[in-house]
Amino acid sequence: MFKFEKLIFGDLGWGDEFLFATLMTITVSILSMGLGLCLAIITVWAKLITNKITRFIANFYTTVVRGVPELLVIYLIFFGGNSVIMSIAKLFGYNGYIELNALTIGTIAIAFISATYSSEVLRAAYLAVNKGQVEAAKALGLNKIQIFFKVMGPQILRHALPGIGNVWQITLKDTSLISVTGLVEIMRQTRIASNVEHSPLTFLITAAFLYLFLTTFSGKFFKVLELNYSKGYN
Amino acid sequence: MQNILEYLNQSLLFRNFIEVLLGLDNTLLLLIISLPVGFILSLIFAIGRVSENKFISKTIASYIFVIRGTPLLVQIYLIYFGLGSVEFIRESFLWYLLREPFWCGVLALTINTVAYGSEIFRGGIQSVTKGQIESGLSLGFNKLMLLRKVILPIALRKVLPSYGNELILMVKATSLVSLTTYMEMTGIARKIMAKTFAPVEAFIAAGILYLFLNFLMVQFVKYLEWKYNPHLRVSHT
Repeated sequence: MFKFEKLIFGDLGWGDEFLFATLMTITVSILSMGLGLCLAIITVWAKLITNKITRFIANFYTTVVRGVPELLVIYLIFFGGNSVIMSIAKLFGYNGYIELNALTIGTIAIAFISATYSSEVLRAAYLAVNKGQVEAAKALGLNKIQIFFKVMGPQILRHALPGIGNVWQITLKDTSLISVTGLVEIMRQTRIASNVEHSPLTFLITAAFLYLFLTTFSGKFFKVLELNYSKGYN
Repeated sequence: MQNILEYLNQSLLFRNFIEVLLGLDNTLLLLIISLPVGFILSLIFAIGRVSENKFISKTIASYIFVIRGTPLLVQIYLIYFGLGSVEFIRESFLWYLLREPFWCGVLALTINTVAYGSEIFRGGIQSVTKGQIESGLSLGFNKLMLLRKVILPIALRKVLPSYGNELILMVKATSLVSLTTYMEMTGIARKIMAKTFAPVEAFIAAGILYLFLNFLMVQFVKYLEWKYNPHLRVSHT
């Protein structure tokens, strides 16, 4: 049933392949989390400024992407993304064939999904900061940039950290879905290995352990960060 | 009128929409079994999780830890491909169920939702204040009565919003069962794409249906919240 000998490093086992696959999963998660946070900041900004059009677009984006299965979003971006990019390139006068690699497509797809969750977290964190603080900062004569980086930013970060930790866990688990694009991360490696060795149970249990390891340790990391950022409060 | 119908018939999006709609019953079947079973099991697991018996509570805690720490896709594959490769399961009566992608999907979805749901219900049960339990005890309720008449009604209506979120996540999670060759809406959309080479129309048709399903789910949860939280209703008098 469970064949340990298939998991050794080197040519006889799949240990090193799984190590690289794990690194790929971590890479995709970090990249898409970062890109997602950037997107989320733009979305939150669009929701909070008093402009009906941007607010409508941002609300439409978060509602639709959160109401549709992640797999569908990934399929849409993976199969439909190239044609969109090519039509954009056509506008700039390039008529050749463009194909993005699986890593780029996967990262963008997961970032699109992760940004909707992050934006809700960031919006709640922004609204949790007392408005009196902005007024106090204005009274001190700070300009807008200073207010954001010295007063609002650190507090938003503290309020948002637990939520961001949750979004990170969701993002990490969602990366398993981009195995459908052919990117060799843990899930794809599992399918390849179990097809070659005819022993799906071994590799699937390995994959489950790898994901469990990643989520547990990143969860611990976020706990430490949270403690660090709320030092002044307990 | 005739023109509109002809136009619709020619439009790819509309034809895809009809075709995906035929897969709606397969998606709903997954939900109709896994949601009620998941709900009841979640309640039982949540009660076990807060029980004083260390063994029961620790076992359930580790179950929740493992399921919440791994992606649903791994769980579905583990049940569909993993269990199917074990010799003695293939020879046992379980094989009649586990060889069908449908029952594998139901099993995986149920296992998944029980882990998340019981954690939600645990939060609700632990949020019932001590005074309410004591007043129940002072009325002479035994443990079962206390649970049925005091703790669960209060806990359940408190966690309705977060359980509603879990229900929506479940609607979305059914799409993953398509990866085990089960033909529900996402699977059909994928098939249409392979046939027509028009991915955007295929997946948008499926996306609209999922959005609609989730919209109904949100309205249902809102209605439940309205019904079971009469003290929070805004009076218009």
